[in-house]
Amino acid sequence: MDKKYLFKRNNVWWVKLAVPFHLRDKLGFDLRKSTGEKDLEKALLIRDGIISELKSKFLPYSKETQPNEASFNEKTTYFDYASTTPVDERVIEKMKDCLSFEGAFGNSGSRSHVYGWKAEELVEEARVNVSELLNCDPREIIWTSGATESDNLAIKGAANFYQSKGKHIITSKIEHKAVLDVCRQLEKENFEITYLDPDENGVIPPDAVKKAIREDTVLVSLMHINNEIGVINDIEEIGNITRENNVIFHVDAAQSAGKIPIDLSLLNVDLMSFSAHKIYGPKGIGALYIRRKPRIRLQPLFHGGGQERGIRAGTLPTHQIVGMGEAFRIANEQMEIDHQRLLNFRSTLWNGLKDMEEIYVNGAISNSFPGIFNLSFNFVEGESLIMALKNIAVSSGSACTSASLEPSYVLRALGRPDELAHSSIRFSFGRFTKKEEVENTVNLVKNSVSQLREISPLWEMYQDGIDLDKIEWA
Amino acid sequence: MAYSQKVVEKFEQTLNNPKKASVGRWKPGDKDFHRVGTGIVGAPACGDVMKLQVKCENIDGKNVIVDAKFKTYGCGSAIASSGQLIDMLIGKTIEEAQKISNQEIVDILELPAIKIHCSVLAEEAIHRAIDDFKSRRNND
Repeated sequence: MDKKYLFKRNNVWWVKLAVPFHLRDKLGFDLRKSTGEKDLEKALLIRDGIISELKSKFLPYSKETQPNEASFNEKTTYFDYASTTPVDERVIEKMKDCLSFEGAFGNSGSRSHVYGWKAEELVEEARVNVSELLNCDPREIIWTSGATESDNLAIKGAANFYQSKGKHIITSKIEHKAVLDVCRQLEKENFEITYLDPDENGVIPPDAVKKAIREDTVLVSLMHINNEIGVINDIEEIGNITRENNVIFHVDAAQSAGKIPIDLSLLNVDLMSFSAHKIYGPKGIGALYIRRKPRIRLQPLFHGGGQERGIRAGTLPTHQIVGMGEAFRIANEQMEIDHQRLLNFRSTLWNGLKDMEEIYVNGAISNSFPGIFNLSFNFVEGESLIMALKNIAVSSGSACTSASLEPSYVLRALGRPDELAHSSIRFSFGRFTKKEEVENTVNLVKNSVSQLREISPLWEMYQDGIDLDKIEWA
Repeated sequence: MAYSQKVVEKFEQTLNNPKKASVGRWKPGDKDFHRVGTGIVGAPACGDVMKLQVKCENIDGKNVIVDAKFKTYGCGSAIASSGQLIDMLIGKTIEEAQKISNQEIVDILELPAIKIHCSVLAEEAIHRAIDDFKSRRNND
């Protein structure tokens, strides 16, 4: 019988657990506890419970505060950076200094004392960091709670302010829900919305924007990088068109800020939405760029203490803002390095997978951000593939992974058949991705896809040469 | 994906050892193919297709399902539901098999509400396969 960890004292079995070296000055050489049992078999039954009880004493001193954390981090590869990113340690350090009594906890709106002044100084420093990444005037940056709020403020704010000029808005079918749902709401308020189709690569053709502009068009809202397929829109060309036609141009840059160069002094963009948590900053903070020349005016969503020049009321969350500022400063510093690594990751994955049968890239590789790579594995359903790739955190356009049970509207808008939308997986790499993680993923994906195809009736039919489109499905 | 341990286990068993999990097919020309009924339900555009085959033998005047095979395209719970269905079918007469309800699969796999349609698909697959078997018998 395995008596490991057990020893006998005064006829009773005890558990003895050695303390790791680095904790011995705090906890001693070992930890002991009696099982209370004289019978070895009974002692063995409760041994494991006592071991975990003793091990819990290591936790306050150890980096692993949760028992599962080590296995979670070591085994699970995170390929969902387009969804959110972990906060960079350098950002966390800066944020910590804005919370306690010793730190800059003050209200940046307090003009009468040093606590307020200190917070204000940090908020303005962060505003400069953000504006330097985008090459704009710091006064053109307004803090919000995130890109969703920025989109709401930009679109509703402009639509409502300029509605006497016209009530027509142009957007596309593949925008983020934070834009599409705002447009749906405006439709209820008697605005008219044109939803442009992307081309088969996922790009909104600037010409299509030009054609859609009418006498009563007040706003064009399009995203910079698409969150599902990584495709980049030509916001320079579209901006030239909107400026020529005296139409406001809003760009959702949640996925692009800090990842690809944006120079607002050269672009005819009037409003731009940003988020911190997509670029290694904290969740719950974002910004909206509002052009000063020509001046864009917005009707506010919130009313209150007049912060942010009355455009966005509410006490400024200093720690969040400082976090966003630092995240944007770091992004500015290492954008090229980050980008080069992402390019390598994507080509490693693609070179490893491209010879597979019936694999499709969603969106054109030549015109997309390498941190987002969307592939469809025909005849394999996306959610089952995610389950098979259990140690890789990815997302899918499959209906089964969405609350609405609808396959990705983005992929459908590209003209992809529903079955390819169901079969799509988005791999999204980031700053903390390791080369080995990408290399290991190649074989895991190949194996999982071939395992799932072996049990797929569609693959069987395809192999038999049956045209699936000609079958009448029940 | 808050799947129960049972769905995960069934899914992984199926993936890692498909033969043992009764993944496969009988095709025209196979010995005994005339005793096989095939049912295909679902559609690729909906994200779920289940193909179930049952092989029946006449034992004491009753048609008994002596073997079954399946292939499934779909989410993890659709695959697990198909595997679970196979376990429930073999050894039953076709009359007994027709009485299997999707709720039994839901209960065994502890399927979340949003995945109940996977079990419905499995129930439909049995009916289709048995109907197919019966129509072949009638044509003999």
